[in-house]
Amino acid sequence: VALLAVVATLKLATMAAAGGKPAVLLLRPVDAPFAAALRDRFRVLDLYAPGQALPALAFVAAAAAVPEPPRATVIWGGVRVDASFLDAAPSLRCVVSTAAGLDHIDLAECARRGVAVANSGEVYSTDVADYAVGLLLDVLRRVSASERYVRRGSWAAQGDYPLGSKLGGKRVGIIGLGNIGSRIAKRLEAFGCIIHYNSRKPKDSVSYKYFPNVHELAAESDVLVVACALNKATRHIVNKDVLEALGKDGVVVNIGRGANIDEAELVIALREGKIAGAGLDVFEHEPKVPAELFSMENVVLSRHVAVLTEESRSDLRAHTIGNLEAFFSGQPLLTPVHADSLAQ
Amino acid sequence: MEDTTPSADERPLVLLGQPLFPEFAAALAGRFRFVLVADADAATLAQGRALLIGLNPVTDDHLAALPALGLVAGISVGVNHVDLAACRRRGIAVTNAGAAFAVDTADYGVGLVVAVLRRLAAAEAHVRAGRWAADGDYPLTTKVSGKRVGIVGLGNIGSRIARRLAAFGCAVSYNSRSPKPSAPYEFVPAVRDLAAGSDVLVLSCALTEETRHVVNGEVMEALGKDGVLVNVGRGGLVDEPELVRCLQEGVIGGAGLDVFESEPDVPPELFSMDNVVLSAHRAVATPESIRGTIELVAANLDAFFAGKPLLSPVEL
Repeated sequence: VALLAVVATLKLATMAAAGGKPAVLLLRPVDAPFAAALRDRFRVLDLYAPGQALPALAFVAAAAAVPEPPRATVIWGGVRVDASFLDAAPSLRCVVSTAAGLDHIDLAECARRGVAVANSGEVYSTDVADYAVGLLLDVLRRVSASERYVRRGSWAAQGDYPLGSKLGGKRVGIIGLGNIGSRIAKRLEAFGCIIHYNSRKPKDSVSYKYFPNVHELAAESDVLVVACALNKATRHIVNKDVLEALGKDGVVVNIGRGANIDEAELVIALREGKIAGAGLDVFEHEPKVPAELFSMENVVLSRHVAVLTEESRSDLRAHTIGNLEAFFSGQPLLTPVHADSLAQ
Repeated sequence: MEDTTPSADERPLVLLGQPLFPEFAAALAGRFRFVLVADADAATLAQGRALLIGLNPVTDDHLAALPALGLVAGISVGVNHVDLAACRRRGIAVTNAGAAFAVDTADYGVGLVVAVLRRLAAAEAHVRAGRWAADGDYPLTTKVSGKRVGIVGLGNIGSRIARRLAAFGCAVSYNSRSPKPSAPYEFVPAVRDLAAGSDVLVLSCALTEETRHVVNGEVMEALGKDGVLVNVGRGGLVDEPELVRCLQEGVIGGAGLDVFESEPDVPPELFSMDNVVLSAHRAVATPESIRGTIELVAANLDAFFAGKPLLSPVEL
């Protein structure tokens, strides 16, 4: 391993020495257009370069040892930015994350060390909001379940599939009224839904009814949509009590983080008919999904795809490069994140 | 049904084309005297002024047997199973379910648009098959917001679909028999041109002689290889064998289909396609809307017997 590390450092030094472009530490896989766009502007030290065999932290340490080491890094949700990460690369002054969430970054530690953090801003917000509405319609109106019914030939053989439940007029309680939550609200209003919400503080700019805690929100809602960030305050924010308050006709949709919901209690609530159904794009231990859910027809499941469109992929590329260029030219980041601005 | 003498029973006589759905029977039996045409004696048939129908066809022969008939009251939105020309000739009014199901159908239509573009059902099948851990990256789908949506038929259903998709930031244009000046969307006189200028083509119009196979091969070629067709109208609006061919050959990019030409038969070629969302004609209703329809049917019958304007007459 020591020899590998020396070879890697030499390779990186060669990479870094080429031209006058600033070095960027790239710690996530990117597609060809993204890679090309980065290489046009920066000297890219790429964890995922073909033939690059060092594990992540060793690669980071090797990158930190080259002449003119990288001052900025591009990461995704799989990279934990904590004290030991920052110790391994003391040259880093800027972390640009392409993930929607921030739960993988110790923002307080970054602030202590004067490391700026930029997130993906509103790049994903529209796609996630669109998807949340699609998930909700799917659960209430049984779109995917009806699909399976038709595909296995049951329509001809067994007759009509049961009807779903009307969306219009339902009271929808949104947990987190930030970029995503507010877009969900706007879409659901056009369906005739009544919007309720919880967030850290009431928002003066909206006329929706505010609830100071999620339990009360659930008690007065027919649908709960989780659209908040994951942090200490919001872990298991949807728990057994909240599910009971939502009630046997209630539906939960989660496009936040799996850990926003107590998954074990959710499975129990569904099994026992304490709530009517759920639409889930995220889970506590992805890619593991509680097997019991597979046998339930009143649940819609997907594999963390709410952000995955061609459009947001190319928007992300432009946005990430925008943040990097702002940093290197001494301008304010496009979408800086501060330690106290969590969970909108 | 009660067997009371006509003079003792104040309830208006309403003939039935077929037995009532249980929810209708339960709600309406106290307000009207229902007699099944098949069970009625000659005197009753000669007296019957109103006929409440279901989804079975109503032909000129059926109408000829009811000389006093002034109203055919339907419980569905689509009335293409009724010989409307014969009703017009005979001076018989027809009512349908009006806007009672419009919201549900519009909601479902939008649900199908999102499900097709974002491949919801395919993503579901993927997870349920246990393939998340095994498979690598999942393919990217395409953004819903901002898509150009062309709606064929801007009536009760189409206008609600338009409002919902406009809230997603979609650009909406439409085709209908005539432009609607109050609609804030662009009117396009030919369906082929509407398809050419749209990413998503949504069908929400009635099935008539003019609209049969309105979506044919030419329209689908105009919609194009990234275009998506969503049908919550009637199967007959689309040339179904052509649709299958266009999907197989990638002439269009995908489809969301709630209706088919010969339900419940679905072209089996569609079962192997993951860019198609199939549904068992569920767009139309929810229990909540059925309750609303019962009220509307009763209100139409009441209005008819009182000589007042009908609430949801169909233009003949």
